[in-house]
Amino acid sequence: MYQSTLKDYLRESRLFRSRAIIAALIVLLLLLLLALHLSKLQIVDHTHFTTLSRDNRVKVEPLPPTRGLIYDRNGVILAQNLPTHSLEITPERVKDLEKTLQELSQLIPISENDIKRFRRLKSHQRRFESIPIRVQLTDEEVARFAVNRHLFPGVDIHAKLLRDYPKKDVTAHILGYVGRINKKELQSIDNSSYSGTTHIGKNGVEKYYETELHGEVGLQQVEVNALGRVIRVLENKPPIPGKDLHLTIDASLQGVAMRAFGEDNGAAVAINPENGDILAMVSKPGFDPNLFVEGISSADYNALKSSEDNPLFNRAIRGQYPPGSTIKPFIGLAGLESGVISATQKKFCPGFFQLPNHSHKYRDWKKAGHGAVDLYDAITQSCDVYYYDLALQMGIDKLTEYLAPFGFGEKTGVDITGELGGLLPSREWKKKARKQPWYPGETLITGIGQGYFLTTPLQLASSTATLAARGNHLKPRIVKAIQHNGEAAPTEQPVVQKDKVDIKTESNWDNMLNAMLQVTEGLRGTARRIRNEHYRIAGKTGTAQVFTVKQEEKYDEDKIDKKMRDHALFMAFAPAENPKIAVAVIVENGGHGGSVAAPIAKAIMDHHLIQDKH
Amino acid sequence: MAHYKPSGLPESNPTRAEGILADLHLDLPLLTGLLLLCSFGLLILYSASGQDMAVIERQLVRLGIAFVVMIAVAQVRPSTLRRWAPWLFGVGILMLIAVLLAGQVGKGAQRWLNLGLFRFQPSELVKLAVPMMIAWFLAEKSLPPRWSRLAIAGIMILIPVLLIARQPDLGTSLLVASAGIFVLFMAGLSWRFIGGMILTAIPVAWVLWEWGMREYQRNRVLTFLNPERDPLGTGYHIIQSKIAIGSGGVYGKGWLNGTQSYLEFLPEGTTDFIFAVLAEEFGFTGILALLVIYIFIIMRGLYIAAQAQDTFSRLLGGAITMVFFVYLFVNTGMVSGILPVVGVPLPLVSYGGTSLVTIMAGFGILMSIHTHRKLLPT
Repeated sequence: MYQSTLKDYLRESRLFRSRAIIAALIVLLLLLLLALHLSKLQIVDHTHFTTLSRDNRVKVEPLPPTRGLIYDRNGVILAQNLPTHSLEITPERVKDLEKTLQELSQLIPISENDIKRFRRLKSHQRRFESIPIRVQLTDEEVARFAVNRHLFPGVDIHAKLLRDYPKKDVTAHILGYVGRINKKELQSIDNSSYSGTTHIGKNGVEKYYETELHGEVGLQQVEVNALGRVIRVLENKPPIPGKDLHLTIDASLQGVAMRAFGEDNGAAVAINPENGDILAMVSKPGFDPNLFVEGISSADYNALKSSEDNPLFNRAIRGQYPPGSTIKPFIGLAGLESGVISATQKKFCPGFFQLPNHSHKYRDWKKAGHGAVDLYDAITQSCDVYYYDLALQMGIDKLTEYLAPFGFGEKTGVDITGELGGLLPSREWKKKARKQPWYPGETLITGIGQGYFLTTPLQLASSTATLAARGNHLKPRIVKAIQHNGEAAPTEQPVVQKDKVDIKTESNWDNMLNAMLQVTEGLRGTARRIRNEHYRIAGKTGTAQVFTVKQEEKYDEDKIDKKMRDHALFMAFAPAENPKIAVAVIVENGGHGGSVAAPIAKAIMDHHLIQDKH
Repeated sequence: MAHYKPSGLPESNPTRAEGILADLHLDLPLLTGLLLLCSFGLLILYSASGQDMAVIERQLVRLGIAFVVMIAVAQVRPSTLRRWAPWLFGVGILMLIAVLLAGQVGKGAQRWLNLGLFRFQPSELVKLAVPMMIAWFLAEKSLPPRWSRLAIAGIMILIPVLLIARQPDLGTSLLVASAGIFVLFMAGLSWRFIGGMILTAIPVAWVLWEWGMREYQRNRVLTFLNPERDPLGTGYHIIQSKIAIGSGGVYGKGWLNGTQSYLEFLPEGTTDFIFAVLAEEFGFTGILALLVIYIFIIMRGLYIAAQAQDTFSRLLGGAITMVFFVYLFVNTGMVSGILPVVGVPLPLVSYGGTSLVTIMAGFGILMSIHTHRKLLPT
């Protein structure tokens, strides 16, 4: 036993030793081959490679693609690329940065702001990337630097395309803007496809459609001299430019809407109910997006940031306001469909409403009351008591169930970034968010679009479009078509259908349509001033409280600060028989919907429906 | 049995230094080779990094940690390592699966496991666990292994290799595969089998090429095998690195005088392509000097394996040494343009790399094997 183990042991150790020797021989043989190969490179072909190393300094440089253009629905350009010259420094190639900056400023005017921006950009830039010290050089400045270029290693003029938004503040909130890629964005982008690209979409359409707009990077093999300057291009793989976008927006309508606000702030959204196209989307005030492209100066930025009007805030998709009385057509429809009310059944309005066994008075906007009102009167004159009663009879659960299909309380899914979803209050929501039970009083004020209820202007416009289309709920869209490379015509983006609002009795739509027509056409209609002979408008005014008036006080518009005044709202669609446009308008601290918000909607509709025919 | 004389152990009159080394279970020749190599490496790194002392300091810290790990591993008896082998292997496989499920992505591949205090790359553990496992498995029965055991060992190698290739990390999965295969080779894998594998691989590859691939896939393979086909992509690295090597000549351009790396024509000059910097600045003479140090280390490693007293130690020691050679050959072959581009560092010279610790742990095992021997009854 012991003998055989020992024999095995000896045999195995002999076997291993022979394998170890073979392994050693393989190692030596392969390394010899390697050494032979290296000696060929280093001794036989040495002269060849020395020449290559001394004269042919070949480098691969990325060629950034040209960013796609953005057009409005009629082919008007909204975002373009303008050729400019900028003076740029590659800090890693400059020996004494401070001295260089000082000498440069003697040659070309460089402001304090330019230097500040340069230092800020330098602190978060990729290595060996040039940073602009001056942008938009004049031809004379370009020439002056070109003559002295040899004095400034690491400094060069860069001809490049600068993003430009010709419509400035009018389209700022839709398009967003591009800006220099920052450190955080560096982590999330594909570095190789962005090599050479300095700018990226930061907001709006520019951000949402970044992939389409950006294009694909190209490469060129270049010969450079010892200082790293390009002498000639050897090989070239051209970049693939970004795709052009065609928006649903009508730029002239956008301008009309913007101007219609006058001095007021607010938002307006116009949608085509037939396909969900957003024809205009205004958030006022706007700002000049061109400021952001080459790095905004901190003075400009602070001015925008600290302005009370908050121009950087996109009210159309991020502003959340109580819908006020503009919610009444939807609630009325819910009442009809659920059978809680009929169109002609009357309720008595004494000017207030009380819950059984409660002393608290829920007031109507008209102190004297509306008397006996049916559904038409309640919409036309915006009677609150009618809706308090209706809401109480339906209960919060039923209300929520009927309102949700119109898109309240959820994002519309529009194709720009940053949209908020508003809030459709419900028993479950309150339990989860506030850890409190639902009170009947809250049902009442939900019935007139106050309390917790919040909508965005885009959401209200989309719901109005859905109402205009008799329940055909479409996702609102900003981009109509994308121009793909090498294709003759741009590819249309699909119309996205959402769940249809389920109203079983067709006459309920007619009843509500007729009631909303009375708002602009009836003698006592709250928006009767926008009645016109060209087309019929179905609409609803609204007022959203900014603060609560105490029980025994009276809301007096003249006595309170402008910032505390009610928001004025209006939602409408036209022509009533065959709706082509649905609009939602909110004027911040505007007061009455009928007098302030409705005329803005009218201006938008006029331009779209009347001008269109010429 | 003269060769069982414990040559590395103190004999009758040990000097003070030898005594300390013996107490620490270190092998003097191997230690000398490693220290020489690391010093040479730091010299090149200083130049390749653009004389950046911060880089040198960080590399020194890494080397320090790696040497401490080596000394620690050298204290563990081979018999203990043998007992641990299946456990390490099992833990390694579980961690590889965890990485695929919940790992962190770095440089486009999923390799790291975040353990709260530090990040850990399980594929590094597996580099040692696979040869340990295969050596443990084959040492159970007498050698050379039977066909059935070979098949089981093959599956044990294949599982981690595929898991690492999925991350994807081609370089490491190649190293792990070679670690396992070298154990088989050292165990006396028959030449008939080796020849048979090569003979079957050729027609399989041909069938795959003709019918199994689309045009673009074939192009990718061609570019992988010959990067210079794509001068704007991977080929650019190789072209630049060949210019660096070739322009170095017999004596080189002199330390700190390389132009290719300074003007940034050479990408990854401090990491995977550091060999080209060496070749440019120290020329063919410098390369030969470096190769001599490597050969000395490899030969010492094989000698230690041959002197080992049990099958497990022999197989493991031989495989660890040969994997070190694979590092060297794949890297230098890639940089000089005779092998495809696979991301493998030049061992103990390239900057950074978690592999540094693994390599030194491997040498710790070799030292343990050599310094824990006993006199056998003859």
